[in-house]
Amino acid sequence: MSNLATLKLSGLRLLAAGLAAMALAGCGERPPIETKQLGYRGTGMEQNVNPRLEAAKVAVNQAPVAADPASADGPKASQVYQNVKVLGHLSVAEFSRHMNAITQWVSPKEGCIYCHVGENFADDGKYTKIVARRMIQMTQHINQDWQKHVAATGVTCYTCHRGNPVPENVWYKPADRKYTANSIMGDLAGQNYASKSVGYSSLPFDPFTPYLLEDKPIRVNGNEALKFTGAAANNNSTKQAEHTYALMVHMSQGLGVNCTTCHNTQNFQEWTNAPPQRVTAWHGIRMARDLNNAYMVPLTDTFPANRKGVHGDVAKVNCLTCHQGVQKPLYGAAMAKAYPELLAPYKAPASDGLPAPLAEAMRSVMYFAVGSATLEGEQAKGMAQLVSSMAANQAIKATISGYHSASGELAANQELAKQRAFMVRDSLLAAGIAPARVVLDKPLQAEANLAGEDPAARRVEVSVK
Amino acid sequence: MAQFKPLFSLENQNLLTAVQPVGPLHDGPALPRGDWRRSGKPFLFHLLGRIGNAQIGPIYLGGLGVASLVFGTLAFNIIGFNMLASVDWSPLQLIRQLFWLALEPPPPSFGLSIPPLAQGGWWLVVGFLLTTSILLWWARTYRRARQLGLGTHVAWAFAAAIWLYLVCGFFRPIMMGSWSEAVPFGIFPHLDWVSAISLRHGNLFYNPFHALSIVFLYGSVLLFAMHGATILAVGRYGGEREIEQIVDRGTASERAALFWRWTMGFNASMESIHRWAWWFAVLCPLVGGIGILLTGPVVDNWYLWSMKHHVVPSYPQVFPVSIDPALLGAKP
Repeated sequence: MSNLATLKLSGLRLLAAGLAAMALAGCGERPPIETKQLGYRGTGMEQNVNPRLEAAKVAVNQAPVAADPASADGPKASQVYQNVKVLGHLSVAEFSRHMNAITQWVSPKEGCIYCHVGENFADDGKYTKIVARRMIQMTQHINQDWQKHVAATGVTCYTCHRGNPVPENVWYKPADRKYTANSIMGDLAGQNYASKSVGYSSLPFDPFTPYLLEDKPIRVNGNEALKFTGAAANNNSTKQAEHTYALMVHMSQGLGVNCTTCHNTQNFQEWTNAPPQRVTAWHGIRMARDLNNAYMVPLTDTFPANRKGVHGDVAKVNCLTCHQGVQKPLYGAAMAKAYPELLAPYKAPASDGLPAPLAEAMRSVMYFAVGSATLEGEQAKGMAQLVSSMAANQAIKATISGYHSASGELAANQELAKQRAFMVRDSLLAAGIAPARVVLDKPLQAEANLAGEDPAARRVEVSVK
Repeated sequence: MAQFKPLFSLENQNLLTAVQPVGPLHDGPALPRGDWRRSGKPFLFHLLGRIGNAQIGPIYLGGLGVASLVFGTLAFNIIGFNMLASVDWSPLQLIRQLFWLALEPPPPSFGLSIPPLAQGGWWLVVGFLLTTSILLWWARTYRRARQLGLGTHVAWAFAAAIWLYLVCGFFRPIMMGSWSEAVPFGIFPHLDWVSAISLRHGNLFYNPFHALSIVFLYGSVLLFAMHGATILAVGRYGGEREIEQIVDRGTASERAALFWRWTMGFNASMESIHRWAWWFAVLCPLVGGIGILLTGPVVDNWYLWSMKHHVVPSYPQVFPVSIDPALLGAKP
């Protein structure tokens, strides 16, 4: 009797062990899983972390130690070397330091000759050199124009390359099925196939082409509770939602985060009570799209066929390319700071230190010197263009806003911004523009310039409609 | 000397079938003229006897059953061959990818028109075949119940499930004007559809009918557990003979009733507990179907709807305010 009972119990235990093993095999992730509360209690705003997997990620996502800074003295690289197009403003010592760093970051095994022709480093004979030069420009572009995504941390070549000539995580358009043509059966509809790109879910396996190459709308939610017909109707389909979902799964996998890192779990479209990371991620999507279109796709003909995808398309970036499973690539190591030449494209300083005036179809911008409310030199030409465009089209009105920088006392600055706006108004009136067509807006502090003295902040913007 | 009794033993808990009473094999009552004959000679299968009745067969197929099986088999095979084609006819990949594969409805561009076979046409064909098969099987459960002189409770419970199936795959797509809104035939893909429709319509958890459906789903589980446990617990007094106990309440019934009255102040009766269970089970897909039918054709965004009607509280702001960059005119 007791033997029988033991037998039954051990049978149960075996069954339980078997079930547990099956459940684990399905998850593919061995515990422990720790849960951190991110938001208000009870709202499910949590981040799941597996400390064992996290430790493994920390080990492989370390930034290399930066070389000691080089002296800025001595002749410039452009004076000593031939064909230096992007970094010619560096001193020879800085330039050599930079080239050594790139070799370590991108082609440590292959060395300099991965990009350079051995006999003549100035030769553009290898496609890799053309690509590398463009990628340096891309890095500068990211660090200067995409700070809403990369902040002051910035990126270097290493952020993506990690010692590989081709970054490990790039994407191509997926291959078609073998028997697609003339087959009346087995339409995958771009999904329903276990795919790494979407975390081995059965979601659409190429969320990159529509969102990170083209700019198909990602948002599928509407702003109305009820279904409206006509112009207010939200006609986005459930299938579109699956595509958006696929992109989001990629982001989640690429950054090693949960949905809750960016989204309010109550409602994914809702910006209130959504963590601020969502804004960073929003810019990240636009950044990847910009880099693919402005830098990668134009290089298509530069790359040889063996570096392209099955459809002959160039390698492109997505979130995983830089992040590699970590929310802040390389755990936020500020590598770029040690290589200031990567922080922005080099620009020869203008004589008065002010940006050139802008004269666009809808907007004119003119810049002022510190403490000044008068337009001088180049800036006066911006005024002349505004006057001539307003004279040419009698229907348009000008709305004038004065801006000031963040440095100095607020009251005085606001008065200065006002005086700058008055100056532009008076110039327009003096040029014979009817007073009814000139409107003043209140003085503003330039939102990009939260601290310090930024020449681009001291300006008057005129919107023309 | 008193015999040693363990505090807990599986046998005493009546959790496993300990005794298999075996009687003479029987065909069941004679069927009226016009019905098919039952097929198969009945036999005993001991292992099945441990979880149910050891007698297997005879099976009544009938015209409805055969027709249902024909349509169902066709649907099953068309789904299978489409899945096989989608992995380039590799049987190995069919097995590996089985949970991921699907027969997908047509893309949104086709609306409610008839798409080519390669782009969702097969989905429409399968939808027709499978629905026909299910409806025939429903008619079979109805007719078999009548022929046995039973009520038709099983058929109507089944109809509740068919209602939800038709809402998801037929009524709602028609109201949305697009077959693409329907559910794909596939394991993971149909789950992705569930997530996607919830995401598209602002979180289905804010749909009160979804909430009701969950109440009836979890309620069914709770009632089933309570009832199953109660009957097993009074099994030693003959409590499993529930039907007799309804008309002739014995000590099992009295003890079961007392237990619940003592623990929660109220008890269902031997007959009413089955009505509780039936209604909970049936209402789960019924209200769920209403909720899905409203999702899209009437309500576009359940979260906004719930906020508008104060269905749920709003929570304190704990993050710094994030503003949608698209509203700030951020470029591009």
